[in-house]
Amino acid sequence: MTDKSQTSLEAGPEQVLYAKVLRKGMYLGLVILFITFAIYALGIIKPYIPKDKISIYCAMNVHDYLYYAKIKDGWSWLGMLRYSEFINFIGIVILAGVTIICYIAIIPVLLKNNDKLYATMALLEVVILGLAASGILAVGH
Amino acid sequence: MGENAKWWIIVILSSLWFMVLTHPVLAEVTAQTSGAESNAHAWWFWPVVLFLVTLVMGILAVLGGVGGGVLFVPIISGFFPFHLDFVRGAGLLVALAGALAAGPGLLRLNLASLRLAIPVALIASTCAIIGAMIGLALPTNIIQTALGATIIGICILMLTAKKSEFPDVPQSDMLSSALRIYGVYREESTGQVINWKIHRTPLGLTLFIAIGIMAGMFGLGAGWANVPALNLVMGVPLKISVATSKFLLSITDTSAAWIYLNKGCVIPMIVVPSLVGIMLGSFIGVPLLKVAKPSVVRWIVICMLAFAGIKALGKGLGF
Repeated sequence: MTDKSQTSLEAGPEQVLYAKVLRKGMYLGLVILFITFAIYALGIIKPYIPKDKISIYCAMNVHDYLYYAKIKDGWSWLGMLRYSEFINFIGIVILAGVTIICYIAIIPVLLKNNDKLYATMALLEVVILGLAASGILAVGH
Repeated sequence: MGENAKWWIIVILSSLWFMVLTHPVLAEVTAQTSGAESNAHAWWFWPVVLFLVTLVMGILAVLGGVGGGVLFVPIISGFFPFHLDFVRGAGLLVALAGALAAGPGLLRLNLASLRLAIPVALIASTCAIIGAMIGLALPTNIIQTALGATIIGICILMLTAKKSEFPDVPQSDMLSSALRIYGVYREESTGQVINWKIHRTPLGLTLFIAIGIMAGMFGLGAGWANVPALNLVMGVPLKISVATSKFLLSITDTSAAWIYLNKGCVIPMIVVPSLVGIMLGSFIGVPLLKVAKPSVVRWIVICMLAFAGIKALGKGLGF
């Protein structure tokens, strides 16, 4: 089956759907990120690391930063959302996760168009991005 | 505002930016990136400087036709007292945010091709994860040296690579025919409707293995490599190449960004001012495109990159 975007000037249905989901996720992520950063910068909620000490940690490598600041890696920030720097991760995670949602959204459209090859590739991409997001693929210095 | 005035604004902003980067305080702190030195200022000092520098970076990136990520990592890691781990994490998120912002529009206009992007992204994003894992496992001086060499390579690529607006593709190859990668778009400058198809798909996809690894390893974004691979190797029209490349970054950088995020390499105090600065700079840069002389801006960008590349190389080699 030929995709509409390939024979007409208009984008195909899966491409339009992808764009819609991407647009909503991007705006949501950016708005949340800006609001949470304002909360952090204005001191509305107490940070875990005092703001005047953060530049010390920025100069360390990530291993030392996590060790000296007593922060765990992966998704442990979810347990630290009472501190203002960690609420910023909500927006960051939405920005990093919206692509996975976009791919999940287009799989039914691709299957409906009998485009099994592209549906498989989209599913594989979801698995790969999901693996990266899960924190299973951990490495370090 | 006259054309000359706008041009002067660009020159003044570039000069101010250069002055900030070469300021003795910054140079001293960069030379001794110990905690005590970098803690000599109020907490808001570095976020504000970061915002101002990335604002100008965003303007120059648009005018110079490069992504923000490729400027961000070498320059911030070279001149700011932040460890490369955090700069790469922030660089990926800066490039990702830019790609996410541009993606929906490019897809709707049918300039970015999802059908072309899906197989390319599958390879590039997988390799970006591998690149990020390698980048985080290797010692910093090796990464810094490799980053410097890569940046100098990018400068050479920018100086020598040609672009083809409508590459000649006599016949699709078997793989692209099987994947049905072809399309149609209207060239607005001429009103012409262009049918496009691609060739050398296996070679092009192989190149994205290296592109993905480098994007993940250095947190650079990869537009500088995506466009030549799509345009010159695979024969994708320039406009479709640029748009699809920008969209591709939203997928490639996502995969690598997750690795950096899970490893703890994301510090909001670095990420958010940079992200806002680059995005705002891009908004300011777009109207300036009408009056800027692209060749001059391109030279400014190449010189800045070369300077940052040499600095990264020097840091890595311990000079």
